[in-house]
Amino acid sequence: MITLTHFLVLGAILFSIGVAGIFLNRKNVILLLMAIELMLLAVNMNFVAFSHYLDDLAGQVFVFFILTVSAAEAAIGLAILVVLYRNRRTINVQDLESLRG
Amino acid sequence: MLIQSTVFYFFSAILVASALAMISVRNPVHAVLFLVLVFFTSAAIWLLLEAEFLGITLVLVYVGAVMVLFLFVVMMLDINLAKMRAGFARYLPVGLLVGIVMAVEMAVVLSRPAFDLQKPEAKPADYSNTQELGELLFTEYIYPFEIAGVILLVAIVAAITLTMHKRTRAKRQSPAMQVSADRAERVRLVSMDKD
Repeated sequence: MITLTHFLVLGAILFSIGVAGIFLNRKNVILLLMAIELMLLAVNMNFVAFSHYLDDLAGQVFVFFILTVSAAEAAIGLAILVVLYRNRRTINVQDLESLRG
Repeated sequence: MLIQSTVFYFFSAILVASALAMISVRNPVHAVLFLVLVFFTSAAIWLLLEAEFLGITLVLVYVGAVMVLFLFVVMMLDINLAKMRAGFARYLPVGLLVGIVMAVEMAVVLSRPAFDLQKPEAKPADYSNTQELGELLFTEYIYPFEIAGVILLVAIVAAITLTMHKRTRAKRQSPAMQVSADRAERVRLVSMDKD
């Protein structure tokens, strides 16, 4: 029998994979954005699970708004990335140091 | 009940495996495709949680729009793969350690009996998740809903403004000049001889 714990642990594992992904791919901005999407998905998984088990639709409404905001964030992030690449010819995090004192 | 457990473990295995593949594969295009698999499988798990509308939304909006956007950007940029991968092995132990410790900590907390809720009774066959969600969105959450729309509009404008390329050689119209044009600068009367 699947309980709420199963889904919450699944969300926790996904979130941890997202964090580990940020550690492992800390040079590539695109992969950093994708790891953030993974973490958002893990949070959404928790919201949906709670919404189902507590029989309250507010959780699903919240997931709807998170999806909206993260889609906007992805679009703007990728736009910034394209501009960055056009100006600097690189998206390596280590090369983006012009603000360093 | 057994079927539900089987489905849950089947999709969870795919989900975790493809998430791990996403953060560890060499090629960013493959990483994007694995993330597509992650979203698709999560949609299946959300269907198991009777969140039909959000499951379909995840596939349509995320797989259909956001991930395609990622794919375009990854393919458009000419990335030096070898340089991007440098340091992967160096950060692997730290990343794994932090990830595993975080997962175990959260699992310990979440295994408390307080979270051990049983599955509620299934909704009747004529229950519509989409309709219930829509009624909630358009009554109680109408202001957040409108604000979400504004956020999307701002995102569109920002993304277009950021990426618009001003070509100096291109010929383009200036609406302000077109509107402010008057007769004097466009029409010139020339008196000519009759023959």
